[in-house]
Amino acid sequence: FAGAGGGNDIQWCFSQVKGAVDDDVAEADIISTVEFNHSGELLATGDKGGRVVIFQQEQENKTQSHSRGEYNVYSTFQSHEPEFDYLKSLEIEEKINKIRWLPQKNAAQFLLSTNDKTIKLWKISERDKRPEGYNLKEEDGRYRDPTTVTTLRVPVFRPMDLMVEASPRRIFANAHTYHINSISINSDYETYLSADDLRINLWHLEITDRSFNIVDIKPANMEELTEVITAAEFHPNSCSTFVYSSSKGTIRLCDMRASALCDRHSKLFEEPEDPSNRSFFSEIISSISDVKFSHSGRYMMTRDYLSVKIWDLNMENRPVETYQVHEYLRSKLCSLYENDCIFDKFECCWNGLDRQVEFSLIVMTGSYNNFFRMFDRNSKRDVTLEASRENNKPRTVLKPRKVCGSGKRKKDEISVDSLDFNKKILHTAWHPKENIIAVATTNNLYIFQDKMN
Amino acid sequence: MECTLDAQSLISISLRKIHSSRTQRGGIKLHKNLLVSYVLRNARQLYLSERYAELYRRQQQQQHYPDGAALLAMPPCPPPAAAAPPELAALPLPADTQDRDPRGCGAARGGAELLEAPPELQRAPCRDSSPGFYRAPGGAGAGAGPGAGPGGGGAAPGLLYGSGCDFGSGGAPHCSSRTTVLDLDTHVVTTVENGYLHQDCCSQCPCCCQPAPGLASPPPAPGTKRKYYPGQEEEEEGVEEGEPGGGGVAGGPPFAPCTKRARFEEYSAEHPQDSSNISNLISIFGSGFTGLVSRQQADSEQPLNGQLCSKQALASLGAWTRAIVAF
Repeated sequence: FAGAGGGNDIQWCFSQVKGAVDDDVAEADIISTVEFNHSGELLATGDKGGRVVIFQQEQENKTQSHSRGEYNVYSTFQSHEPEFDYLKSLEIEEKINKIRWLPQKNAAQFLLSTNDKTIKLWKISERDKRPEGYNLKEEDGRYRDPTTVTTLRVPVFRPMDLMVEASPRRIFANAHTYHINSISINSDYETYLSADDLRINLWHLEITDRSFNIVDIKPANMEELTEVITAAEFHPNSCSTFVYSSSKGTIRLCDMRASALCDRHSKLFEEPEDPSNRSFFSEIISSISDVKFSHSGRYMMTRDYLSVKIWDLNMENRPVETYQVHEYLRSKLCSLYENDCIFDKFECCWNGLDRQVEFSLIVMTGSYNNFFRMFDRNSKRDVTLEASRENNKPRTVLKPRKVCGSGKRKKDEISVDSLDFNKKILHTAWHPKENIIAVATTNNLYIFQDKMN
Repeated sequence: MECTLDAQSLISISLRKIHSSRTQRGGIKLHKNLLVSYVLRNARQLYLSERYAELYRRQQQQQHYPDGAALLAMPPCPPPAAAAPPELAALPLPADTQDRDPRGCGAARGGAELLEAPPELQRAPCRDSSPGFYRAPGGAGAGAGPGAGPGGGGAAPGLLYGSGCDFGSGGAPHCSSRTTVLDLDTHVVTTVENGYLHQDCCSQCPCCCQPAPGLASPPPAPGTKRKYYPGQEEEEEGVEEGEPGGGGVAGGPPFAPCTKRARFEEYSAEHPQDSSNISNLISIFGSGFTGLVSRQQADSEQPLNGQLCSKQALASLGAWTRAIVAF
């Protein structure tokens, strides 16, 4: 059996919140991606202004065993700037679409960050000592007159205040005509893929002047376009396998060993549409906004507008599980189309693998009104929680929320008509090893931990 | 799911979204516009099915109209069970007419399928291809080449409209064609009756009346146009091809192929070789008309359409470029 950890065994407590308190949100501060690194020690966010902010977890304080270390700002840097494509008269947004961490190989940390067109490899390194005692230079950098030098000494490193530097080591540009929506690092840790609306390219981390196109779904006649690529990810263990999802609600699994151009899928995952649910907006709500492999690679999870689906890679014709995130919105699709909310791209994530839990058992995804949802695959129970500053006492256990239809409203329930659709949680992340989650509201980052006993 | 908006409102909202996406930062979002085009198509199908239903009702009332036999040669055929799928034709038409291929009648394969066998409303939107609504994304630069002129295959910048064949109330059904356009100057969404093929217009513009010489004033039944096109059978077959079994040709209501045929006919008949005249044709779609055509306006359409026809030149290329420019 799986470990004791279950979605409803976890009691989530508020831990921290980062970001401005202001209700007036600056567009540049809107968080656009959240990602833990492989150890969970670092938590990176990207925003619409092209900045990356990295938080670092404090080392656990032995005396304060009731809470894990807090996350504090470790490094902030401008990853992407707005650009202008003069040939096409296009402005290229600096918004960071995705951040992916590389596994740590040495003292420095590396991450990939991408906007619509360009991927960058950043090296984040620490400097906590500096050389002192040069013979020809003063401490302030001025050169000494060589004739005044009477003795020689060996410069030594002396401690200094910690400085974290971020420097761009590679720039992978000019390979995407359309907007990049995904990057995914291969399990070989040497290559990675980047996907835009119509193509997927394979890169080597060391080589920036060329990439291989491995998927191309652009039709010869653009008038025949019927679907676009919405997300792509490498298999966690098999370095020749990747999946990509489409706006039509299908997922294709491809094997790079089959051919150079993986236009023909090895597997096609698709659930037939329920004709009773047909509406004007059926195509929109079936578009997949995120796809994530489970840790083992046996399952994958997809998110469309109203639901989360778990797929077994061995079964293509339907998902093994489907969880409704906010089914009460189905009758509101018209208004959500008018205000563009129906185009929101929600992400989803699996639980981390903590000491007790060996499998991918819980899935988490966001919703509106700053609500986020968790589904326990074992118990089939789900919970709705809210990211709000009102619950901001540390170790305050979050109270489950409930949304009711337009009809009668019970105490403590929220009516669907009073949901705030401007408060949306699109990006969430789960610590790879512990029950710590990062939940991004529009411009704030919330960190919740489970209540340790 | 009940939508609080009617089909027309959805169409106009969708067109506005597509239009405003051109000015958004970061360039045109291909994914979002593709999704909007699906809504547009779905709404348009419903809109047209409502129109057809209305026309059928009207036609039923006119069954006893004492008219020339030619028109009533065929018993009226009912409208399709559900929405007759619109022909989602994208410009540039020149490319299509050059093909001289019914399949290419303003639509890629998918459009032909849609029109050839109008499935139920449920199924129609599930159709794989709705090529017509979607144009090459200018933002991405792919396919959005230069050349709005005739012959620019797939390159008309920013043309986006959904067109459908209709039985132009009060007009010559076989000649009519509908387009939904957003006029960028007035920001008005209009469903355009292609008036120049209206019967009144036909009398003024003989060139476009060849296929329907015997057309008299009273509106013929929707199904009757089938008779006007000799050799239609083979054209139908051409239209069918590539269709993924959407009910089959034979099973489809008779006038579906008619409408498609009509479109092709009107182009080939009117501009057999001269692709430069296509621009005039196109420009008619581009003229700014006010107001959505409503059922109440049916009667007033006749004179209006005649007017439009005679003012072909009015719909200059300037107006054409002002018409909804998606990408």
